[in-house]
Amino acid sequence: MTDTLHELDVRRLLCPMPVIKTQNKVRTLATGDTLKVVCTDPGALSDIPAWCRINGHEVLEMAEQGNEVFVVLRVGQDNGALF
Amino acid sequence: MTEASQPIKRRAIALVSGGLDSMLAVKVMQDQGIEVEGVNFYTGFCVEGHTHAIRKKDKDKDKRNNALWVAEQLGIKMHIIDISEEYKDVVLNPKHGYGANLNPCLDCKIFMVNQATLMINKARELAGDRGFDFIVTGEVIGQRPKSQRKETMPIISQESGADDRLLRPLCAKNLPPTLPEREGWVNREQLHDFSGRNRKPQMALAAKFGLDDFAQPAGGCCFLTDESYSNKLADLWKARNERRYELDDIMLLKVGRHLRPQPHYKLIISREEGENRFLEGYRYQFTSITTVSCPGPLALVDGEFGSEAEVEQAAAIVARYSKGRVEDAVTLEVRSPDGVAREITVAPAQAEAVLPSWNVG
Repeated sequence: MTDTLHELDVRRLLCPMPVIKTQNKVRTLATGDTLKVVCTDPGALSDIPAWCRINGHEVLEMAEQGNEVFVVLRVGQDNGALF
Repeated sequence: MTEASQPIKRRAIALVSGGLDSMLAVKVMQDQGIEVEGVNFYTGFCVEGHTHAIRKKDKDKDKRNNALWVAEQLGIKMHIIDISEEYKDVVLNPKHGYGANLNPCLDCKIFMVNQATLMINKARELAGDRGFDFIVTGEVIGQRPKSQRKETMPIISQESGADDRLLRPLCAKNLPPTLPEREGWVNREQLHDFSGRNRKPQMALAAKFGLDDFAQPAGGCCFLTDESYSNKLADLWKARNERRYELDDIMLLKVGRHLRPQPHYKLIISREEGENRFLEGYRYQFTSITTVSCPGPLALVDGEFGSEAEVEQAAAIVARYSKGRVEDAVTLEVRSPDGVAREITVAPAQAEAVLPSWNVG
């Protein structure tokens, strides 16, 4: 189990792109890794956690900072790589 | 029970839009013990979240992503795939033509089912039995005038390459048996025979499954079925003298008031704070106009001004939509993409000076 912290900048992207970028990034990560996603679309605060619940990842932290929001998640057992 | 006697768990990939039909199609499959994963394609024209995210007045609306929400309700995994780049060819060159607006519904469905077919082929190649056996859609014969008709169903199956691996659980009984039916992976008798635009059978099935909260977009989930949106896209192509678009172009068509006072320039004027914030992000790509002497909108200029008189014309129009519309003069800032700005003072345009024919959309 690793605990590498990764960061993903999806500022200015609108739903569903933040989720797609998060999904694609997580596919390259290992179980236990953490990823901080920085967004400007506030919809990400509901979409990324929903995506995490569906795919078995854990949301560690969510917050708004000015015009930006961020979500920190921990990659679950299956990183979702299709194959 | 030995392992050998365990029936193989059959797996399907379902095209999930976030609407009721695909949700029901998945549910019908799950009811028959099929393991389903969802796929949702992002074309750039999806009605999804975008506009809700942009417009402040929609703040109170539920901003959920319907495809994700459906996946959560159904307990399935969901793959969301960005096909916006490849999709341009579908919009620009639809082999089967457009529907009532610029909606290439039949080509679109063929394209999406083809994408799903490529996914299941690849999964089979790499994962063997852990791959997928067939594809499921929520199509209903007669539901959509361009793509969901009795004669288009086999076209979609054939041209997508899915052939008889494409199952439509909601109308399968009106169609020849497909591979999963013939192989006995699913029981054809428990599939449905829905047809037409009547939504009652879907409502009844939703009630049977205990589903009472679902999205029902009027024109499907695609902006291209929207007349006003299609008009804006057609106007864009006409003004540029070529049929092409970038993702930013089609995003901007979803936002603001679009006015074309001259063939060679168009104004995109924000209507409220959310749109203002959104357009702000494009000021390094477009010339922009904002009011200085009073609160007002932000306008982007798509195109080039041909003269100083046109700069004044544009400024007067923007002033018309500002708080200073009743003043004798309003000062505005005209800023070019490189950040160079200058101020200009004009009399706000009168209502009759903003011609209805300028309104794009």
